[in-house]
Amino acid sequence: MRIGVPRESKAGERRVAATPKTVEQICKLGYEVAIESGAGAGAAFADDAFAAAGAQVVGPDVWDADIIFKINAPSEEEVGRLRAGQTIVSLLAPALNPGLVEDLSARGVTALAMDAVPRISRAQSLDVLSSMANIGGYRAVIEAANEFGSFFTGQVTAAGKVPPAKVLVIGAGVAGLAAIGTANSLGAIVRAFDARPEVAEQVESMGAEFLRIDVEDTGPSATGYAKEMGEDFNRKAAELYAEQVKDVDIVITTALIPGRPAPRLITEEMVATMKRGSVVVDMAASNGGNVAGSRADERVVTDNGVIILGYTDLPGRLPTQASQLFGTNLVNLLKLTTPEKDGQFVLDLEDVVQRGMSVTQRGEVLWPPPPVQVSAAPVATAAAPIEPKVAKPKDPNRKFWLVGAGAAAFLLMAPFLPQTFLPQITVFALAIVIGYYVIGNVHHALHTPLMSETNAISGVIVVGALLQLGTGSTLITVLAVIAVLIASINVFGGFMVTSRMLNMFRKA
Amino acid sequence: MELTTPTLVTAAYLVTALLFILAFAGLSKHETAKHGNYFGIAGMTVAIVSTIGLAIDRDGIEVIGYILAAMAVGALIGIWRARSVEMTGMPELIALLHSFVGAAAVLVAYNSFFEAEEDPAVKALYEALGTTGIHNGEVFLGVFIGAVTLTGSIVAFLKLSARMNSAPLVLPARHWLNLAAVVVSLGLMVWFVIDPHLLPLAIMTVIALAFGWHLVASIGGGDMPVVISMLNSYSGWAAAATGFLLNNNLLIVAGALVGSSGAYLSYIMCIGMNRSFISVIAGGFGVETGTVASDVDYGEHREVNAEGAAELLTDAHEVIITPGYGMAVAQAQYPVAELTRSLRERGVNVRFGIHPVAGRLPGHMNVLLAEAKVPYDIVLEMDEINDDFPQTDVVLVIGANDTVNPAAIDEPNSPIAGMPVLHVWESKNVIVFKRSMATGYAGVQNPLFFKENTQMLFGDAKDRVEDIVRAIQSSTAVGAGGDRVVRH
Repeated sequence: MRIGVPRESKAGERRVAATPKTVEQICKLGYEVAIESGAGAGAAFADDAFAAAGAQVVGPDVWDADIIFKINAPSEEEVGRLRAGQTIVSLLAPALNPGLVEDLSARGVTALAMDAVPRISRAQSLDVLSSMANIGGYRAVIEAANEFGSFFTGQVTAAGKVPPAKVLVIGAGVAGLAAIGTANSLGAIVRAFDARPEVAEQVESMGAEFLRIDVEDTGPSATGYAKEMGEDFNRKAAELYAEQVKDVDIVITTALIPGRPAPRLITEEMVATMKRGSVVVDMAASNGGNVAGSRADERVVTDNGVIILGYTDLPGRLPTQASQLFGTNLVNLLKLTTPEKDGQFVLDLEDVVQRGMSVTQRGEVLWPPPPVQVSAAPVATAAAPIEPKVAKPKDPNRKFWLVGAGAAAFLLMAPFLPQTFLPQITVFALAIVIGYYVIGNVHHALHTPLMSETNAISGVIVVGALLQLGTGSTLITVLAVIAVLIASINVFGGFMVTSRMLNMFRKA
Repeated sequence: MELTTPTLVTAAYLVTALLFILAFAGLSKHETAKHGNYFGIAGMTVAIVSTIGLAIDRDGIEVIGYILAAMAVGALIGIWRARSVEMTGMPELIALLHSFVGAAAVLVAYNSFFEAEEDPAVKALYEALGTTGIHNGEVFLGVFIGAVTLTGSIVAFLKLSARMNSAPLVLPARHWLNLAAVVVSLGLMVWFVIDPHLLPLAIMTVIALAFGWHLVASIGGGDMPVVISMLNSYSGWAAAATGFLLNNNLLIVAGALVGSSGAYLSYIMCIGMNRSFISVIAGGFGVETGTVASDVDYGEHREVNAEGAAELLTDAHEVIITPGYGMAVAQAQYPVAELTRSLRERGVNVRFGIHPVAGRLPGHMNVLLAEAKVPYDIVLEMDEINDDFPQTDVVLVIGANDTVNPAAIDEPNSPIAGMPVLHVWESKNVIVFKRSMATGYAGVQNPLFFKENTQMLFGDAKDRVEDIVRAIQSSTAVGAGGDRVVRH
């Protein structure tokens, strides 16, 4: 089948849904790739590079391909070019664009929404929201640094001391963590907050301080505990923001749930208390914004000189890398839908990942999909009532009883043993104890030489055989000779191979 | 007291026993290990020379012919094998050497029985001492332990050298068979002690040989570290039993040292697999637990190619390599050492993390790496390195599977639950070298392969590591012009 990658028509969009690298991978899966001339120009991919990777560079007839790969949802004009039986894969935001879903269904096409991938671990390799959020988080810090009138990192110079910038990141999802990492590597002091206390560890691993709010001091009320808890939580969080924004230079908010209005986190009053020259990046501006006064795709300067950036195209500002990651997500989708690697696109609606992404199939509206069990945890608990294996606590006195019983048994037995036997048992028992302690000290790396050394030493049985040689009986002599021979193999072979191994060990 | 040859020999045996203890003590550290081996050789020389002296003194000078001939042939074979063995073949050699001890113990015990039967003087001596019964019991035990060691070691050798299927042999009612062998042997022992006769001894020998064979045949290949240590221990007990039989304190001491050494190693190996000694001896993993984890969906794995892996490695500061038996099978230790060298030259801190049961022999990985000239001070034990994984940029898992399986910690109903494992998944990136997505010895799926920070590099471990080395060197050799050839 043929995959077409058209030039993005949305104003300002520089990304492209395929790169020379991904074209190569797509071809390996058995597909033909047609790319519209100039599609990669904005992301620094030349037509020649696509051709070299195995794509055909074509004109507007790219829309004739069996499958269309795009970044943004098709415009009305583009939907008009689609024909029945075609498949289109792109960002669609079906929940926000019911009109688009109707149009696609009316054209009889199959549409897959890359922004509707279920959030399960198996589907992460095709989740563009994650891959784009990662880039967005990085870019948010870069945009902030661009606006910020000072260093991020602290310095002591001959001309005076430079304090490090203080950055507050709200929301520790993919974008938030990327922002934390970037700000931290620029040298800023980073603090982060998230309503989920369990992400604290991830935040700290990225180098930020996790801000906590204490909500446990509220006593449980008889009614509506959860709700009041929620209210109490929100109030405490707001107090935290109000206190923090006064202190920090940069605020990055990432609280965005696709298809829902963004929660308002930073109020007008809070912005008013911020320092002149502070920068706020509102990564949720497209859905109304987390910050009062932010406007989608605009740079706003407040009366008190705070710069609020509401850019919604942050991933698109790194077009080369964004295209590569988006393209790879698409390749991973193809891997899923091309089980035979024969260039045949097979949509399996039994698979929750493919079902979740499917908006229409040959005109039939499949949106919204049935809910997916997002977390793996319930599956695990449902599997079986797992009884943790608890080792039986050993009775600490058991050892003494065992030793005592052993000693008593031996003392009872001893009078009945022949005289010569006792000294032998003595030697034997002491040698075992010595052996246990000496061997316990052997370095783990020398266990193999230890075994070959014991091979050699157990060859000392040759001593017994040597004394049986001179008895005069032919049978005994023959057996003894054989015993001496094989025991000698052990003695010589064992010592030799031990020495060979020990010679190999050397220090750096 | 008069200084006779026997008293001299007794003194020499004491010296030997002490030298043997020093030999094992020397092996505790790399620095003193060679001295330890010299102590062992010195002890053995003292023992053999003094015994030959005793034999000549007692039996006349003519025995020297037999002694020299037999020892020369044995020495030639031993030295030839020791020089030619591949380090990957060490488990086989050690198993074979165990079987020789077993065989020698059987022969010496039989001889001791014949001696007492044929020589009325010897018989009268035992009767005068009142130890005929004890002596017969000792003969019987010596043969039993020796025979079990002999066939058990031969099966271990055959399994390790792939001349025999390494899957566990499952006979119906195998536990009952083993029990029956022991009970019948005990009955034969009573018969033999009361009426010393060749027949019960011979029947028992056959049973013991079959018992040893079956015992090891029913244990799978991955449990070999325990089996080898166990046979090591048996060979020691066989020597000690011979010592009791011959009233020879040196054999008792040496046998007890070796026996407790093998027992200790078995114990370490069992701890390393979180299994009881009995469960290992009684049979392999697959038998008791069946399939458990196969129905859990762990998601998709990600792949990486050699160039991508090389890039990750050259950008890293901290790298840990965790090898397993697969490295030995693929003979990948040389390219791995080459990779280690070129990365260390670039200032990357490369270290190795060795799981106690990695390989088919305790300490097997250490010997393989030493052979490839990897310095021993960067080869660390699991407990020494497990806390360092979170600070590690890249972990290379080469031919290991169960020993790096997070299911041992996360999944309480997994067959390997509770087994201590290397926490490789805590590092930033894990690259797993593997032939395919098949499960490891324990038959347990490995969730590590599906972790987000894990990438799979499929193919023969040796070829893939060589590809990485080439990719790294060509990236450095651009200025120097031309590819360097990877040394084998």
